[in-house]
Amino acid sequence: MEAAGYCGADERNEFWKLRLYVAGQSPKSLQALANLKSLCEEHLADRYSIEIIDLVEYPAFAREDDIIAIPTLVRRAPAPVLRVVGDLSDTGRVLAVFNCSRHRQSDSA
Amino acid sequence: MRVPTRELPKAPTGISGLDEVTGGGLPRGRPTLVCGPAGCGKTLLAMEFLVRGVTQFSEPGVFVAFEESADDLIANVASLGFDLAQFEADGQLLIDHIKVVGGAMEETGDWDLDGLFLRLGVAIDTVGAKRVVIDTIETLFGAFSNTAVLRSELHRLFGWLKDKGVTAVVTGERGDGTLTRYGIAEYVSDCVIVLDHRVTEQTSTRRLRILKYRGSLHGTNEYPFLIGESGVSVLPPTSAGLLHSVSTQRLSTGVPRLDAMLGEGGYYEGSTVLVSGTPGTGKSTLAAQFCEATCSRGDRAMYFAFAESEAQIIRNMSSVGIDLKRWVDSGLLQFRCSRPSLLGLEAHLFGMQKFVSEFDPAVVVTDPVSDLLRIGTEADVSAMLTRQIDFLKAKGVTALLTSLNSDANQAQADLQIASLVDTWLLVKTMEGNGEHNRILYVLKSRGMAHSNQIREFLLTSQGIELADVYVGPQGVLTGSARQAQEAKERSDGTARMEDLEQRRVNLERRRESVEAQTAGLWREFEDEADIVGALLSHGSSGVEDLAGQRAEQGRLRRADADEREHTTDALQVGA
Repeated sequence: MEAAGYCGADERNEFWKLRLYVAGQSPKSLQALANLKSLCEEHLADRYSIEIIDLVEYPAFAREDDIIAIPTLVRRAPAPVLRVVGDLSDTGRVLAVFNCSRHRQSDSA
Repeated sequence: MRVPTRELPKAPTGISGLDEVTGGGLPRGRPTLVCGPAGCGKTLLAMEFLVRGVTQFSEPGVFVAFEESADDLIANVASLGFDLAQFEADGQLLIDHIKVVGGAMEETGDWDLDGLFLRLGVAIDTVGAKRVVIDTIETLFGAFSNTAVLRSELHRLFGWLKDKGVTAVVTGERGDGTLTRYGIAEYVSDCVIVLDHRVTEQTSTRRLRILKYRGSLHGTNEYPFLIGESGVSVLPPTSAGLLHSVSTQRLSTGVPRLDAMLGEGGYYEGSTVLVSGTPGTGKSTLAAQFCEATCSRGDRAMYFAFAESEAQIIRNMSSVGIDLKRWVDSGLLQFRCSRPSLLGLEAHLFGMQKFVSEFDPAVVVTDPVSDLLRIGTEADVSAMLTRQIDFLKAKGVTALLTSLNSDANQAQADLQIASLVDTWLLVKTMEGNGEHNRILYVLKSRGMAHSNQIREFLLTSQGIELADVYVGPQGVLTGSARQAQEAKERSDGTARMEDLEQRRVNLERRRESVEAQTAGLWREFEDEADIVGALLSHGSSGVEDLAGQRAEQGRLRRADADEREHTTDALQVGA
């Protein structure tokens, strides 16, 4: 299958729906949110939404997205659904994943 | 007896046998690691722990599944009669399937497992769980590349589970030379149970061992366990101990003369009887006769047959006048026939115990136990039979085992169970005179003044009969030789009787003649005595008379000739 359609999705100006799972106001959660915001501003200005789900308040969501690690960032759109864990401080890594590493292409295909 | 200062609180698993080997269950409020290779039954054991918690101890449970989906789990254990969906509907059980996304999770910085903790916390609170299973947490090692973080998080998890006060079972897959692939055993330090699944001689046996149990005594052996129709069943060999009560009640063997040979009336109730012998010696018939006697008393009997089918046994026994059909029809006799190779040893044992528990018979026949050697080593079979015997003894069931021996060295061929049985009957055939005949004797019988005699064992159309054997210069005589001997003794006896009669008659005659002679002698004696008496009564006067007469005659005749005549007369009278 031609994986190019997924690659560089951001370049085609698609709208990104992101969901960040956090647990309360833990330092890791706050750190992740701060990192995510700056990343989005830098790379996805005006075409992203961030949904923050605090599992302390809404634990049922953990089941829905199979969340075990906190923080977890889920890209719900564009397809495919991608996820990374951690406080997003390794920005290079985050970008590599969301820019469709080869690994992810073959996975989703 | 020393009283332990503080008994570790335990949560009974409700799993048959496991509570016995763990001395009451798993450590309450602490995690227990159950590890073993793939397919050893970890998941099932863990699931049953939860199910028993719900059904027997009113302890709701949470099952965290990393490997199987909830639907798969429900389907897998449905065959064991566990209706997980119903438990879930009743709010007694919660299955949380955590799908770990394939491939390593991309890590972009610091993280923790708070998500898992929160999920677990919610699940525990939802059903008020007292028991938690995590199956298999090591899956996470495939999902995260930063194992340092993962390890510290797992460490935190087990501490957290303890804080929650739930009794947890954590499963782990066995690694190369290590208990678990990723070494999670080091986090779970209270109780470690190792499961194993070995195949020896094409027979698979599952085994369970308590590797460690901090603060508690526990069995240290490997215990076979089974996954049967109603779940996991651990079979501790020593579970019955030697504490079973004994009975002095006797149960008839069904053969009056055998009852007599065993002292007063048969086998002891609750004892174990071994009937061993070479092929075709009537072992099964003895067993059937015992069943017949048992059912005739109105008791139930169960017949485990490994060599013949029910119909075959019934037909064969009817040929010797034992009608087992009527007892089967009336429900007093139950047959369970299976080829030994159909199941593993443990499964056989498990099945037998299950059937016995359900049917509750007074007598259990296992015919023949030696067939089990085909599916296990001698040591395994002995261990299994030991457990079976213990099980039956604990229930007070009288067990009759038959054992087929091919060689003449009986004692060695009878496994190691010989010391376990209370009464041991030996049947074998004796060859001679172009025929072979069965003989039976009591090799041992504990607590009975049993006969030391060898009996000939006859299968007649009215069942078993025992006949005396003849011991002569040629050895033990059986069969037609015995009959010949009987006939010979009969004819010899007749001859002796005739001889005796003749002698008696002769003696009688002799007595008559002796009596006649004696009478004659007496008569003579009495005659003589009369004469002598008469003579004596005439006494001296007679002599005077004679002298007087002589003088007178001399005077009258004055002749010597007359005097001579008188003397002759006197002599004639004396004769």
